[in-house]
Amino acid sequence: MESFAPLIAASINAGTPLLLAALGLLINEKSGVVNLGAEGMMLMAAVIGFAITIHTGSVPLGFVAGALAGALLAGFFALMTVWLGANQYATGLALSLFGAGASAYIGISYVGQSLSNTRSAVPLLGDIPFLGAALFRQHPMVYLSMALCGAIIWFLYRTRAGLILRAVGESPASAHALGYNVRRIRLSALLFGGACCGLAGAFLSLVYTPLWVEGMVAGRGWIALALTTFATWRPARVLSGAYLFGGVTILTFHLQGLGVPIASQLLSMLPYLATIVVLVLISRNANWIRLNMPASLGKNFNPNQ
Amino acid sequence: MLRLEARAHPSTLMAWCSPLLAVLLTVLCGALLFIALGKNPLTGLAVFFIEPLKNVRGWTEVGVKVAPLLMIAIGLAVCFRANVFNIGAEGQLVVGAISGGAAALYFDDGSGGGPLLITAVLVAGMLGGMAWAAITAFLRDRFNTSEILVSLMLVYVAQLLLSYLVHGVLKDPDGFNFPQSKMFSDGFLLPILVPHTRLHIGILLALGAALLGWIFLSKSFAGLRLQIGGMAPLAARYAGFSSRKSLWTAMLVCGALSGLAGVCEVIGPIGQLTPSVSPGYGFAAIIVAYVGRLHPVGVIFSSFIMALFYIGGELAQSRLGMPSAITGVFQGILLFALLACDVLIRYHLRWRK
Repeated sequence: MESFAPLIAASINAGTPLLLAALGLLINEKSGVVNLGAEGMMLMAAVIGFAITIHTGSVPLGFVAGALAGALLAGFFALMTVWLGANQYATGLALSLFGAGASAYIGISYVGQSLSNTRSAVPLLGDIPFLGAALFRQHPMVYLSMALCGAIIWFLYRTRAGLILRAVGESPASAHALGYNVRRIRLSALLFGGACCGLAGAFLSLVYTPLWVEGMVAGRGWIALALTTFATWRPARVLSGAYLFGGVTILTFHLQGLGVPIASQLLSMLPYLATIVVLVLISRNANWIRLNMPASLGKNFNPNQ
Repeated sequence: MLRLEARAHPSTLMAWCSPLLAVLLTVLCGALLFIALGKNPLTGLAVFFIEPLKNVRGWTEVGVKVAPLLMIAIGLAVCFRANVFNIGAEGQLVVGAISGGAAALYFDDGSGGGPLLITAVLVAGMLGGMAWAAITAFLRDRFNTSEILVSLMLVYVAQLLLSYLVHGVLKDPDGFNFPQSKMFSDGFLLPILVPHTRLHIGILLALGAALLGWIFLSKSFAGLRLQIGGMAPLAARYAGFSSRKSLWTAMLVCGALSGLAGVCEVIGPIGQLTPSVSPGYGFAAIIVAYVGRLHPVGVIFSSFIMALFYIGGELAQSRLGMPSAITGVFQGILLFALLACDVLIRYHLRWRK
């Protein structure tokens, strides 16, 4: 029993970047915008957060820098799609490709440097048998991401602003007719989403691995995008999905550690294969997806036409 | 203030000019980037865009990069025209490289090789790419699963599979434990077009693919059916065309061409299977396809520009001491610039007080 506690802790740790990114993308998508640039934003935030922390010695500053980097790229994405009406899918893809190249470029001089372990135990709670080891010896950002999930649930379903955001995602024309500024709302949603993806990227380079390697996000941005679909755009399901995926990732390491006679490369395929399998299970019922998906997802809206 | 005003009709002129404008904008951004990095922008741009084309060797090296980019981008043009967002061509390329490479290793018993066996190896590569693409097509067709996410996940799976194989069964037993296959013997390598360079006949295969792609998309009824099936599934059903058929055709064509690109790399410039067979050609080809306006003739030009970026990046690395990742930065900027310029197809820019 006691040996499970570190596994749970590790799964939560591994699921946190997915949770942060997917929550941000969920808000984007609730406003009707799909940003395929998550991977690129996370990579840029990972390298910039890492660089800032190396230079200042402050992890919180690294997170702030990462969030700002994500938000900046998302702002650019918003300019292209929300104002200039460029195709959301193509622009997001461009952002991912750009982020991969630019982060590799910026990161050259940081390869091989590393930060010390930045995780710490919560006082008192961390000493509880089992639960302490499983839940309360994480980086503060882990708890923050959980709180964020709660805040988003409250925001979306209990506040007027959340209702407006959802209305914009369902029918931007109606929201516009009611006098809401669709472009500004979508911009805010995108900036928020970018900042969340930025936190997720910074978490990877500051807490999860504490170092920078080219391409270290390794598809987590895309898995986070898939998570919003798995979760049928519900934040609570994003949370469980993210930890489930964290668990799959940790399982691959654990099996390797136990000397299971399967090559490490094959085990490393598991999270990607799991993504495909879950996508298939969820997408099988086209009507269900259509029912839950924000109706204007992926479609641009021009208030002047 | 500058304002965008909708045009009554999309501008044909701008549709033609936008890719050119995008290239100019990218060059301009490149110059700014060089200034920001403290390099002379003129020197930087000269290294990037002129140096590679100064001699025969440079031209042939550009040709070596054009071959895979052009093949994949033609496949992607077919996909995107059918409204199939296959963005996992990189994975299809890797599996093509694996299956073609494995076939070459299987046939290569020291007794030669020759045109027939090379053809067999190329076909094996294409079949591998098709099989990988078929997974995405099947899941989308049968379970309505997003082809964007599935094809992308399969890129990571393919890369891990390649890594597994070159560390395992396909590893050269005499290779001092390096994770790579043995070198293919000369009889299995693609013939060289220009002596003493690396330019192989893959470039001819790529141009052939572009020609076939053009005939298929612009001249054939099947191509028309494919595009209608993708763009307007309801209209297609009314006309008796199947959108399922468009999906399968597009994915299989793209898989075959990406697989061909992969196998041409391993029995061309690389000459063996290594843990990494492509510097992201499958992703760069997405930009190539868009910048080429999803038209085979346009794609020929845009693959040339993208190949220039690759060579320019390598030269910037050796001459200016810049990391080769600058190629990726240029690629991203080019796609952004194109998407921004495309706005002018549908809108006027007007000054308003």
